[in-house]
Amino acid sequence: MKQTKAHIAEKDLAGFHGGLKLAGHKQLSNSTAISIMQQSSEYIIPLQQHIGAISLPLVKPGDRVLKGQMLAKPDNLVSAAVHSPVSGVVTDIKQHDVPHVSGLDDLCIFIENDFKDEWIKREPVGDDYNQCTSSCLRKIIRDAGIVGLGGATFPSSVKQTEMHLDTLILNGAECEPYITCDDVLMRERAEEILSGGDIIGHVIKARQCVIAIEDNKPEAIKAMQAAVDKDGTGFFQIKVIPTLYPSGGEKQLIKIITGEEVPKGRYPADLSVLCHNVATAYAIYRAVYFAEPLISRIVTITGHGVKQPQNIEVLIGTPMKACIQHCGGYTEDSDELIMGGPMMGFSLNSDAMPVAKASNCLLLTVKSETRHKQQMPCIRCGRCVEVCPANLLPQQLYWYASSHNTDRLLEHNLFDCIECGCCAYVCPSDIPLVQYYHHAKTTIWQQQRERKSSDISRLRHEAHQLRLEKQKRDREEKLRKKRELLKNKTKISNAEDKAGKQAAIAEALARAQAKKEQHKTKTEK
Amino acid sequence: MFTVIITLALIASIFGLILGYAAIRFEVEGDPVVDKIDALLPQTQCGQCTYPGCRPYAEAIASGEADINQCPPGGEATIMALADLLDVEFKPLNAEHGEVKALPTIVRIDEQTCIGCTLCIQACPVDAILGAAKHMHTVIESECTGCNLCIPPCPVDCIHIFEVQPTIRNWVAELPEVENITPRAA
Repeated sequence: MKQTKAHIAEKDLAGFHGGLKLAGHKQLSNSTAISIMQQSSEYIIPLQQHIGAISLPLVKPGDRVLKGQMLAKPDNLVSAAVHSPVSGVVTDIKQHDVPHVSGLDDLCIFIENDFKDEWIKREPVGDDYNQCTSSCLRKIIRDAGIVGLGGATFPSSVKQTEMHLDTLILNGAECEPYITCDDVLMRERAEEILSGGDIIGHVIKARQCVIAIEDNKPEAIKAMQAAVDKDGTGFFQIKVIPTLYPSGGEKQLIKIITGEEVPKGRYPADLSVLCHNVATAYAIYRAVYFAEPLISRIVTITGHGVKQPQNIEVLIGTPMKACIQHCGGYTEDSDELIMGGPMMGFSLNSDAMPVAKASNCLLLTVKSETRHKQQMPCIRCGRCVEVCPANLLPQQLYWYASSHNTDRLLEHNLFDCIECGCCAYVCPSDIPLVQYYHHAKTTIWQQQRERKSSDISRLRHEAHQLRLEKQKRDREEKLRKKRELLKNKTKISNAEDKAGKQAAIAEALARAQAKKEQHKTKTEK
Repeated sequence: MFTVIITLALIASIFGLILGYAAIRFEVEGDPVVDKIDALLPQTQCGQCTYPGCRPYAEAIASGEADINQCPPGGEATIMALADLLDVEFKPLNAEHGEVKALPTIVRIDEQTCIGCTLCIQACPVDAILGAAKHMHTVIESECTGCNLCIPPCPVDCIHIFEVQPTIRNWVAELPEVENITPRAA
């Protein structure tokens, strides 16, 4: 295990390559306390709210479910459970609009709320988690359906290996403009976040926990510092990092904190680091102390398209429309509904979609902000190269993506692109570069899937041919054996015949001879 | 003069022996070109190329008997890959062999109508149909390649084609639409 992090405190915060200084627009939504949203009558729970395999439903329409009951279980190692946010009745399991960049439908469980708020039986571990083994805690986290709440939604328990890791980084950078859900969470629930951090630290046997916060959140820094001082164990330390987009990207943050780069194709664990969002740590705290699965999250509802921008704590599965109404509804010139921030978010075509685990922000723009961009040819100015935080060559990737040159794309490390959108932001020709990369990535995945399935088909076809050949051979063998048997039989019977006849003749001869002899002796007498 | 001829003959025979030994020792089983071509074909075994499967078609391409543009399930991507591999010009798909499907397809058996004749089971090149004589048959959808070879033998026409709709798990993002501007080659 590498022990290179000991010098963190002394070293300057090393920056990463590129990045952008962006206007924050954070004050729009972070001036009020977290508002807890009243319950809706219907909840829509998508079965795929995480990276990995879609979860398997455990309920069927008509079933009564309790609050916190598991509705679907993970179908693979990389998969996550989903739970009922309320008590009520499962009305349907069908395709419905889900917040996904593709705009496609997916399978969702519909629950009608009975407003009884009846919880499933819970047995919280509480302060005794210190006595629990790592695998026991990981199981609690897995059963609670906890995924990375920073936006990537990778199942948390999979990230927490049984390996001992040196440093836990709690990511409170929240670098994307407009989004303030982590900011208000840190202001209001700092101690809970630290408890969550302590639990994760216990799972991975971490030596220290670094909480990274951008310097544009002084109140969150103050609250977290107070909680750290109160804790007094020395396990936690706050790192205030400069405000620079995308400092909250996992690899970028690790570079800032440790000064080391996660090698291509490797994981933070290879540097003995684990990185979790502060909201994920909070969810883990709730799971361990209250046996509460991930059924709610804090969502920033912001932008000039909504009347009262603010942060709300909302049950997962709540239709977005209800959330926007809770915030005073749309303004008159409200235009686009974006999930996520202005840099990495994507436009949604309906507000009937449910809030999912990944929904950190709903951004509502107004018409004057929406600018129709006319894409112009690339002039090779190289500004995208300057800002790329992953050290890639965006303009090269653009050419290769538009000419579908897979080999070159891979050579230029397409899959190291984190789709932060810096390149497209600075592009003077307004080329939607990230869309090109997204197209290239999904196409390559598709080709890999096709190759895999054609390999399986080839194997099945070969097995089929072999079987047919074997059948044919068997049949021929059987026929041959039968024919041989028949031939042998006639031969044998012929032989028997001959021998029998001869024996009969010999017998008859012997009899005749005997008679003759008898006759002879009789006459002689 | 004489020594020169003898020396050359000796050298030639020594190299001949080495080459002869190498040919036996390092003999490649099967035709590697056929394998490479076969690896690029979609393995639907549909026979639209007029050959009785992907491997026979690969063999025909390797021997120069067939063209590279006879595989509709593979479409342009396969033709492009074959052109790349064999270092020949790209040519558009030969329409005689069929058209490229907009979406991949699979077949399903209408289980109410199926009489359990097993003819489709015998026709399926990848053993993706399950059933027994006088019992209902069903298609294992994850293994179905969409070759449609099971449809003609069915005496009661109970096998139907379905398009596989994209989901959020296998969706492919579109390239952004560019109006009137074509980027020049790099």
